[in-house]
Amino acid sequence: MSVLNSLADLAISAMIVIGATFALIGSWGMVRLPTLMERLHGPTKATTLGLGGMLVGSILFFHLAEGTWALHELLISLFLFITAPISANMIAKVHLHQLRVKPENGVLDPVGPAGQPPVPSAGSNWATYEAPHAASAAATSE
Amino acid sequence: MIEYAVGYAFVCLALALCCNVWRLLKGPTIGDRIVALDTMVINVIAVIVLIGIATARGTYYEAALILAMVGFISTVAYCKFLLRGDIVE
Repeated sequence: MSVLNSLADLAISAMIVIGATFALIGSWGMVRLPTLMERLHGPTKATTLGLGGMLVGSILFFHLAEGTWALHELLISLFLFITAPISANMIAKVHLHQLRVKPENGVLDPVGPAGQPPVPSAGSNWATYEAPHAASAAATSE
Repeated sequence: MIEYAVGYAFVCLALALCCNVWRLLKGPTIGDRIVALDTMVINVIAVIVLIGIATARGTYYEAALILAMVGFISTVAYCKFLLRGDIVE
């Protein structure tokens, strides 16, 4: 029994340490990476994975401490894993449409090369591109 | 062993929050600040989960869940406001 408990301790500690390390790596990437499109990688992937690791450790811990399976953590991680790509997509959309920095002088360019978003079509309330703009480099990190 | 792991995780998350605040203050664009706030919300959820582990009480998860929802909705609302000049059209 004690061997089992120490193994469970080891597993919980490993999950917490891995999760915290990934969360730190994600935030450090946000400081370190040069442009917004690259900075989006840190929080959306590394930090979400880190929080997922910590939540797995928490599930194991409460199973060990109280003998019950609590599913709150699964709810949190499911919600986060669904919403993280959506918020990253929205931030990238804002960046492409409006909030670019001109690389030569660092001056804020109020309208990016992607231009203003088009007027939504009838019957919808959300505008997005239907055809890629020829002059915009959507995948570049400038 | 769990106490040491939780202590290490608290230190890591404190450093991560400092990184986020640095990016939040530095910018340079509003998009960077939104990313910083979004990451701060995720890190604070991690801190709440860790407090739940450290105190061995399960009452903190509702707070974490509500914070996850509020953080996501505020990020999307701010982005939509910047894009369209309005939130509910």
